[in-house]
Amino acid sequence: MQQEVVLAMLAKEPSHGYQLRARLRDALGPLGDAMNAGQVYVTLARLEKAGLLAVEKSADDADRSDRKVYALTPDGQQRVAEWIAEVGWPRPDLAEFHLKLIAAAWAGLADPLTIVDTQRRELLRRLRDAQRAAMAEPKRSDAALLLEGIVLRLQADLRWLEACEKNWTHRRSGS
Amino acid sequence: MSNAADMPVLRARGLRKEYGKGEGLVRAVDGVDLDIGAGETVAVMGPSGCGKSTLLHLLGGLDRPSGGEVSLNGHRIDDIGEKALARLRRTAVGFVFQSFHLMEELTAVENVELSALLAGRSPRAARRRAEDLLEQVGLADRARFLPSALSGGQRQRVAVARALSNEPLVVFADEPTGNLDSAATMDVLQLFEGLHESGQTLVVVTHDARIAATADRMISMRDGALIDETRLTGGTTGQLGALIGLED
Repeated sequence: MQQEVVLAMLAKEPSHGYQLRARLRDALGPLGDAMNAGQVYVTLARLEKAGLLAVEKSADDADRSDRKVYALTPDGQQRVAEWIAEVGWPRPDLAEFHLKLIAAAWAGLADPLTIVDTQRRELLRRLRDAQRAAMAEPKRSDAALLLEGIVLRLQADLRWLEACEKNWTHRRSGS
Repeated sequence: MSNAADMPVLRARGLRKEYGKGEGLVRAVDGVDLDIGAGETVAVMGPSGCGKSTLLHLLGGLDRPSGGEVSLNGHRIDDIGEKALARLRRTAVGFVFQSFHLMEELTAVENVELSALLAGRSPRAARRRAEDLLEQVGLADRARFLPSALSGGQRQRVAVARALSNEPLVVFADEPTGNLDSAATMDVLQLFEGLHESGQTLVVVTHDARIAATADRMISMRDGALIDETRLTGGTTGQLGALIGLED
């Protein structure tokens, strides 16, 4: 779990770990299944160590991590503000796949079209999963919006595969 | 195939369709073998001009092949007479098209009941069936609307209801989401999912990977021939989290 995400989810008010997890679960829907409680608490501990979070302990059972209330320190608030203002976008690793096709064809390791077909199958399976998950979410929910993003990205990847297929078919018949 | 349960609903052998002659000869469908089982959803994908729409027309009896065979429920349909073929189109198969093909001067319910009336049902039975189907596609409250008063997604749902009117053996859809936005596409996908669950056999020709992803089987077509087949059912990847960088 990215540290800034955890920080930002605590920016509104100090919260217990379980409240934080509930907020993440609502926002992520079924995708939140990939996130386990341990990850969140590890991140919280790191943030505390780095001085970005302060822990207010409840009077009783002070050692239990689910009794702790986490609050942003001034440094934490500043880090969140910077993160919100940052422009960042996950980069799909197209170059790796592209080079795989080229290397496979060049060294005769495999038929690029077979690689494209295999890749397409995998992407279609993921698209199927994402779509199923999206259909199961209430319309206009946070989780449905995130799943729509995944569906759209997979569609873009599949379109690029179509272009790869066309191009390599052409090269093969041309050579 | 020894017993009825194993028999494919739809079966094609050496199916061909050619246009033109000599230098201008186009092999739109070039030797297709295909078996589609009862209750299966099959998506045929391929670049434009690969022959997928022509294949759909041949399988659904909208067009006649230049060669090869098509059987629906074990009966050849490629060599039957015009009258028998017309009856088959009215009763045994249903079609959904990209541009909906609704009658603009008829209301939604009238559009849906029309095919039942043409198939010889009583007006009352046809109306009842049409109303049930509109309910099934979530448009009970739009039954008296003209197509012009409906959104694209709603029109396509009317078209799906119409295709189901005579309890067809197979529903054929040609780019059913081609004119729809993302949300309306989702509605159609959901509708198809429901049909699939109810055991309806469905053959969809499409560019749209989202439809292909909901099929049991995806067939890729290139230059009139089937080149690859992917079975998509069973075993989810369970890695949705990885797609958004949640897993590190």
